[in-house]
Amino acid sequence: MSTAVIHTPAEGAAEPRTTYLNAGHTLKSWLLTLDHKRIGILYLLGVSFFFLIGGIYATLIRLELLTPQGDLVTAQTYNKLFTQHGIMMTFFFLIPSIPAVFGNFLLPIMIGAKDVAFPRLNLLSWYIYMTGALFASYAMFAGGVDTGWTFYPPYSTNYANTYVIATGLGIFIVGFSSILTGLNFIVTIHTMRAPGMTWYRLPLFVWAQYATSLIQVLGTPVLAITLLLVALERTVGVGIFDPRLGGDPVLFQHLFWFYSHPAVYIMVLPAMGVVSEIIATFSRKPIFGYKFVAFSSLAIAVFGFLVWGHHMFTSSQSVYAGMIFSLISYAVAIPSAIKVFNWTATMYRGSISYDSPMLYAMGFIGLFLIGGLTGLFLAALGLDVHVHDTYFVVAHFHYVMVGGSLLAYLGAMHYWWPKMTGRLYPEGWARFAALVVFVGFNLTFFPQFILGYLGMPRRYYTYVPEFQLLHVLSSVGASILAVGLILPAIYLLWSLKRGPIAPADPWMATGLEWRTSSPPPPENFERTPVVTWNAYEFRSKEETEVIGPMGKPDVSERK
Amino acid sequence: MAGQVDALYFYLVGITLFFTVLIVSGIIFFAVKYRRRSPYEIPRPIAGSMKLETIWTLIPFLIAMSIFVWGAKVYFAQYRIPKDALDIYVVGKQWMWKMQHPTGQREINELHIPMGRKVRLTMTTEDVIHSFYIPDFRVKMDVVPGRYTQMWFEATKPGRYHLFCAEYCGMDHSKMRGTIVVMRPDEYQAWVSGNASQMSPVQLGEQHFQNLGCATCHLNGGRDAGGRGPQLAGIFGKPVQLETGQTVVADENYLRESILNPGAKIVAGYSAIMPTYQGQVSEEQLLQLIAYIKSLTPQGGSGTASPTPASSTSANMNVGAQASGSPSGQRR
Repeated sequence: MSTAVIHTPAEGAAEPRTTYLNAGHTLKSWLLTLDHKRIGILYLLGVSFFFLIGGIYATLIRLELLTPQGDLVTAQTYNKLFTQHGIMMTFFFLIPSIPAVFGNFLLPIMIGAKDVAFPRLNLLSWYIYMTGALFASYAMFAGGVDTGWTFYPPYSTNYANTYVIATGLGIFIVGFSSILTGLNFIVTIHTMRAPGMTWYRLPLFVWAQYATSLIQVLGTPVLAITLLLVALERTVGVGIFDPRLGGDPVLFQHLFWFYSHPAVYIMVLPAMGVVSEIIATFSRKPIFGYKFVAFSSLAIAVFGFLVWGHHMFTSSQSVYAGMIFSLISYAVAIPSAIKVFNWTATMYRGSISYDSPMLYAMGFIGLFLIGGLTGLFLAALGLDVHVHDTYFVVAHFHYVMVGGSLLAYLGAMHYWWPKMTGRLYPEGWARFAALVVFVGFNLTFFPQFILGYLGMPRRYYTYVPEFQLLHVLSSVGASILAVGLILPAIYLLWSLKRGPIAPADPWMATGLEWRTSSPPPPENFERTPVVTWNAYEFRSKEETEVIGPMGKPDVSERK
Repeated sequence: MAGQVDALYFYLVGITLFFTVLIVSGIIFFAVKYRRRSPYEIPRPIAGSMKLETIWTLIPFLIAMSIFVWGAKVYFAQYRIPKDALDIYVVGKQWMWKMQHPTGQREINELHIPMGRKVRLTMTTEDVIHSFYIPDFRVKMDVVPGRYTQMWFEATKPGRYHLFCAEYCGMDHSKMRGTIVVMRPDEYQAWVSGNASQMSPVQLGEQHFQNLGCATCHLNGGRDAGGRGPQLAGIFGKPVQLETGQTVVADENYLRESILNPGAKIVAGYSAIMPTYQGQVSEEQLLQLIAYIKSLTPQGGSGTASPTPASSTSANMNVGAQASGSPSGQRR
């Protein structure tokens, strides 16, 4: 991608190289850092912690559902569990996960910049994120919230006796961090690209981040207003949603989904960006139809704002509105299909390796495909009436959010781990974990499609006995999935101390992030790179200038 | 109806299988055939193909449109509420379903209906949003406070079917379930007449109409007859001219609003003198009042509105009125 002229500092020299990791060791040097890479690591710690909390909630839910009657927890506790699982995973893990961790760490490096456009705003966004997340956590531990992550009134406004406002405030606060990150990325991509880094030379991850940022900036304020209205309704009874005061409870659903449907694309677009990077690198081929993949991200971001009403086909919304929302929902399916076809075509006549990031990326395509195609079921008006608010929906969005976004997140973690930490993880364990995640995930969520079609409603604490077998299968799958998620936590942490030292470019990849050392120096590049190549222009070993040896140390011995 | 939904479902299962097999086998085939054979090999780059892009944009688009059209067709059939149906009134509350038959029988969490007859539900809730869901009939409709929603179905086989609340409604959401009991028409008749002591919604509605003093203003003949309020007989389903110049159709939601919030839509030629009945009538009483207003037909001359069932209302209304005897004998 670039002919960045980077001299090789201190190769084999006694003095250790300065990296962003050893540039300062004090707690203060981390907590007050303006380095986008360190902020990325701070986010990594944050989202990992809240993912763990969300995962504990999920475990308890699956344990409770092993039997048709309620036995492990009370009904009230169960309702809090699924509410808090949804809130934690959506607002405090999935939405910030890839953008705030990998976007922050990589986006400036990928475009050849020293940092993001507004480093102080970037640090502020992490503090806002932590404040919001800790506030919501406090609300959950102090009393919990049981409205469902969707906060539908009048239940949330006039009936729930739980910490609705406190939790809502946590989400309200965290929204600002999302807005600031989005704003920062948009300005960074527009103004900070290295010489020669034209729009069509940008890695597709950057295009995906750009589309995501647009949604974050334009959509999040609507959620903020909506949550504020819920709080006002609860405290002073303004009567926006309460029909007894002339309000309309369905209005809330319009406002909520106006943000929360595009939010699905905040969660999945960056994942698509990650998959584009991984497929190209591990096939050693440019992404087939680069411009189609790039613009399909923007198309998804734009159309994503026009389909919110497909969550409301049975809500008493007008039948004609339902038709329009259904039609546009099918329009948004097309750019996603284009991406899947192009990724597959990229592998044609490639040089495909089975390294763990590629396993995650291939898993992503398969699972996102099922998640996307089952979305067609839900957008079909007459069919949605039956499966709406059942486990079919639960299975569908977990295929997109877990099978899609989480697998891409894990893929990104394995792909860029050597860059971020300067260490290699044990590849055998990583492949094994990827397989366990894939099997466990399918066993957890595939039975839920069947459950949904048989009529099992979501958010049920107890259920009719004929659904038990499928619930047991799902819970067994969840325990396998849990093992698959614990494994990387162990070997990745292990690799920090014991893993072999990573070279600058372990995969023979093309992006600018691989043209600097692992881990990168604080200012990313010794000298500003000048870009003369297109994205994914793979070159032979001799043609590429790198720091240190290319490829993993054992790459030649393995085969 | 269930058959149509299932046919659409299997069409989509077919499409899903086709594309999943196509893409997954493609990925596996490429991954095996083009596996890396030497660590430093660089394959020949392929930029893309306009022809292929066009194909895999157009074909999915056409398939998507076919699903859209089919889905919309089924949806319209589901929401075109038939006129000649058995009218059941449903009120949801945390955490039970209360149902009333046109003949007056009330049920909780259980609904007896005849096979082979269209059933129309007019639904509302006393508290939060619920959703009336019968998985075996493939029907679902949210039950929203402050308004009426309707759904319909026709059972084709006798038996007992699950009724679930599908919209999360608080602590015992999962216990808000019940049973739809589908009976042969003769069994249903026997069941209905076996519980015939209750008054029908129309009769109850007439009682409320008198007790709440509605009859003092809403005279038959309206203004011409000296009434201070518009005539209600024959109003249901007809367009109404408002003070503002707009026209609204007097459906269930309009009548409901006019009782609870009379100032919202003033009929042209009348003044806003009606007090609100918010808090004075329960959801069930409201439904009965509306059932009564629906049953009225305009009659020349007489003062108060007469409870003659309209010819336009469904036949079961007549059945109900006959089954429970003379309404006038049961006034409080």
